[in-house]
Amino acid sequence: MNIKIKAILFLICIFFSVKGLMAQKVKLLSLSQLEKRFAEGRDTVFVVNFWATWCGPCVKEIPNFDKLQILYSNSPLKVILISVDFKSKLEKVVVPFVKRNQIKSEIYLLNEQSEQDYIDRVSKQWSGSLPATLIVNHQKGLRNFYEQEFNYEQLEKTYINNH
Amino acid sequence: MKNNNLKLSAFLFFFLAVTSFSKAQKGYQVGDLASDFNLKNVNEKMLSLEKYKQAKGFIIVFTCNHCPYAKAYESRIMALDVEYAAKGYPVIAINPNDPKAYPEDSFENMQKRAKEKQYTFPYLIDETQSVAKAYGARVTPHVYLLKKTDKGLEVAYIGAIDNDTENVNPERIAYVAPAIEALLADKSPGIVQTKAIGCSIKWKESY
Repeated sequence: MNIKIKAILFLICIFFSVKGLMAQKVKLLSLSQLEKRFAEGRDTVFVVNFWATWCGPCVKEIPNFDKLQILYSNSPLKVILISVDFKSKLEKVVVPFVKRNQIKSEIYLLNEQSEQDYIDRVSKQWSGSLPATLIVNHQKGLRNFYEQEFNYEQLEKTYINNH
Repeated sequence: MKNNNLKLSAFLFFFLAVTSFSKAQKGYQVGDLASDFNLKNVNEKMLSLEKYKQAKGFIIVFTCNHCPYAKAYESRIMALDVEYAAKGYPVIAINPNDPKAYPEDSFENMQKRAKEKQYTFPYLIDETQSVAKAYGARVTPHVYLLKKTDKGLEVAYIGAIDNDTENVNPERIAYVAPAIEALLADKSPGIVQTKAIGCSIKWKESY
């Protein structure tokens, strides 16, 4: 009897913690706000992935970014996922997508107006294709840009090289 | 022996990676002469640019049905044709996507879309993807503005239609329209290249 109650309580706890994760909010973020995060991040390595709900390879690689953040939760690593979906799609498409896929990393929708402008500001190397990933370590003056899709091993190796 | 095989496959992999990279870098630059093509239009007829005897040039747009960026730009592409076809710069839309990757981009669905939206311009299928490769198109939509000269079809502008796909920024900067206006006034466009932003073209597996 006691075990049963414990089991039920345990399940309830799990249910609420999962629900808590699923209720992840998606806020707007501008590039200057992102740069401010970098500057205030001290020794933090920021792994910033640019993606969109309609981009197949992006959707496929997101779990790898989540995994990196979880496995290196004790390291000064911050994974930030920035969607470049249209702002008008935030509530109808992006938020349900994030819930459905139970994305755990910090997630935002890019708040910029000119595509020509923000792409260059992220990196001069960026042609504009997705997915794209920016790795920044402000303290070490590191800023590397990757216009490619990552599997987990590639991502982990790239993160370690930028450490 | 095993080791040799490994070396060979490593070499092959490297070779393939390098060649596919250089392939992606190819295509037209501004000032290059673009070649004509012969592609099937949604009306089932083949179409070449040489048929446009009166045209001063062309607005070539690599686009498709499925991509949210292409959809967002669809009405602006239609407006460009309405505005500039009569002035000598018609829109020629080309879908280069492998319909296996997106059935929405099949020829039948192109026909449906063109009919539904009453396109005033041809919507061609680049079945072999050879035109997209020759031009160096990367995404949909990707614009190549061509100008007829004595030497041939000169590429005058490459890139995006404007800098705001979502069409919500009141300070949106157009690129294609001013470039055509410049050409019509016998001037060079102020901006000749921007970044084409959209969905990557879906290349066929054998590519």
